[in-house]
Amino acid sequence: MNGAQAMVKCLEAEGVERLYGYSGAAICPFYDALLSSKITPVLVRQEQNAAHMASGYARMKGRAGVCVVTSGPGATNLITGIATAFADSIPLVCITGQVVSSMIGSDVFQEADITGAVESFVKYSYLVRDAQDLPRIMKEAFYIAESGRRGPVLIDVPTDVMACEIKKYVYPDKVQMRTYKPTVEGNGAQIAKVIRELEKAERPIMCVGGGVALSGAIDEIRAFVRKYQIPVVSTMMGIGAMPSGDNLYFGMVGNNGRPYANRAVGESDLLLVVGARVADRAVNRPDLITENKVLIHIDVDPAEIGKNVGPTIPLVGDIRHVFRQIDKSEIHMKDHAAWINTLCEYRLRTQEVRAKAGKAYVDVRAFLETLSLRMDKNAVFVCDVGQNQIWSTHYFKVSEKGRFMTSGGMGTMGYAIPAAFGASQARPDRQTIALCGDGGFQMSMCELGTIAQYGGDIGIVILRNNTLGMVMETIHSLYDSRATMVDLGKDTPDYKKIAEAYGMGYEMLDGKGDMEQALYSFLHADGARILEVSVDPRDRV
Amino acid sequence: MKKIYSVLVENRAGVLAKVAGLFSRRNFNIDSLVVGETDAHDVSCMTIVSSGDERTIEQIEKQLNKKLDVIKVKTFREADAIDRELMLVKVKYNKTNRRDIMENCEICHARIVDMSRGYMMIQICDTTEKVELFLQVLKGISIVEVARTGTVALQKCRENER
Repeated sequence: MNGAQAMVKCLEAEGVERLYGYSGAAICPFYDALLSSKITPVLVRQEQNAAHMASGYARMKGRAGVCVVTSGPGATNLITGIATAFADSIPLVCITGQVVSSMIGSDVFQEADITGAVESFVKYSYLVRDAQDLPRIMKEAFYIAESGRRGPVLIDVPTDVMACEIKKYVYPDKVQMRTYKPTVEGNGAQIAKVIRELEKAERPIMCVGGGVALSGAIDEIRAFVRKYQIPVVSTMMGIGAMPSGDNLYFGMVGNNGRPYANRAVGESDLLLVVGARVADRAVNRPDLITENKVLIHIDVDPAEIGKNVGPTIPLVGDIRHVFRQIDKSEIHMKDHAAWINTLCEYRLRTQEVRAKAGKAYVDVRAFLETLSLRMDKNAVFVCDVGQNQIWSTHYFKVSEKGRFMTSGGMGTMGYAIPAAFGASQARPDRQTIALCGDGGFQMSMCELGTIAQYGGDIGIVILRNNTLGMVMETIHSLYDSRATMVDLGKDTPDYKKIAEAYGMGYEMLDGKGDMEQALYSFLHADGARILEVSVDPRDRV
Repeated sequence: MKKIYSVLVENRAGVLAKVAGLFSRRNFNIDSLVVGETDAHDVSCMTIVSSGDERTIEQIEKQLNKKLDVIKVKTFREADAIDRELMLVKVKYNKTNRRDIMENCEICHARIVDMSRGYMMIQICDTTEKVELFLQVLKGISIVEVARTGTVALQKCRENER
């Protein structure tokens, strides 16, 4: 058995069924070895999208997504995908081919120092020097990616290492690393303190982040807040931890959030931050937040606690474990009915901004609401970055069993289509819809080839306004409306022809069209299809 | 606030770059950074002197602990540490100042470790403060080259060490 065959064996031992990648000279030994495996490789059109697909796949599978690309440009193209996964703590194992060990450092053809390049946005990386280390490294990589705060791990493997004979292949059962022991269980004394504060609180609120879905704690969190009647707000990554229509849910916080969500946080006397970073987009002035309230911060990553805001009570641990621990005690909460009523009133009194779309265009707010209501109850929705993302956070209603995914931390345009395709391959039983603007669509348009080739079954909605709308909004508010670098040209490309070229279904909806009918045929069609929605370029989030 | 971090790391290729990269990426200061093997060949000790406000100091320790090549981080104040720095300094001398230089070396516990006709190399190993002082004393003499190690430090001995 050579190194490449051992790598394939390791992936099989990890239960990997599918991986995303792009071939090239330096990774050929691996793909050759993969021929004799049941693992299905998916050939993407550009490496960045291999990482996004693996990310969507990982988020729906609850296991690390795998992508495998060649050295040099293959590896560097992967970088944005890795950084995107790192910012949202998505577990990935990324394997890159590397030039022959003896040539490393001499700038030979397709050589790139990829472990050096990705250092600041991987959880860990390896440059494999000795083929005999491969089983241990593969085992560690999956363990690191999938435990503690999840994240991408990169393994760079020179071709000679892949060709080298493995003396004795044994896939280790356990990882032994003296430097890595993530805290899973919460500290008992800290939990007792949290409970004491919860019992004192009159106006508690919980802010959920991406950590809730990542630790598989959605059920635990919902059960907890419903049992104790604690209102909930969320960060962008936390959307879907609570169903949008839940009486206890008060929307997304932050500068793009709901005013009543921010007001709820402001007026609370106890804020329970769960699996969130308290990042700049969510909290305007983190330094002021503890002025009038007790702040409890629960996170698996101790470095996040206290990074942006000093909590009253820090609690390190995996959310699911921590809430199971908390649930073992009987908590005597105060009655929060009046507080919840106040928040309901704030929500009710908020006048929705209903920007009037010109007659020729579709009212995007009504469209997103209707789309979410007509989708399957357990559908997966992936939105891109830009106006479409902010509109989605407000108007898309996540149902009890639905999933909402997006690139939150990095805000990577072009994420939605590959991520949705990956998600649909992880869960072919669930309807998957990607939503993007015409900017983001054109960034990952090449992947329509992959989707068509592998029989992808996803719906793609393009909100078309021929403009980089979100940048346009920044220009309006900060640069005196001097529009520059935002115009995508008028009516190019022709999306109908694009769909035709890839053999995909196509629907078009403008202000004159029948929204219900367009959505019905779009949502009930099989296979990959595109719905082009004409939205007003003057509309703002 | 100045702090000393004594960081035990895996003695592997690339670890220094990872730790140094962490400081630059997170916008943390490095006043000095010294690496060397410990009694175990697979473990190196980095002594890093850094400064910043309380939150920065805490973040540095947490971020260091997050690095998967870091085995252990000890953070302490200068006052709680014994710290040393080694400096080699090459100076040009002549008949008139030779005696003077030797006297200064004696006062400052520095040693002359190499000599040629016209040049001598002096070694001093002391706290950063004393090393600085010695440099001041040498002012007025023509200094050719200076090499300093930066600070190495260990926490002061206590009753119960572990």
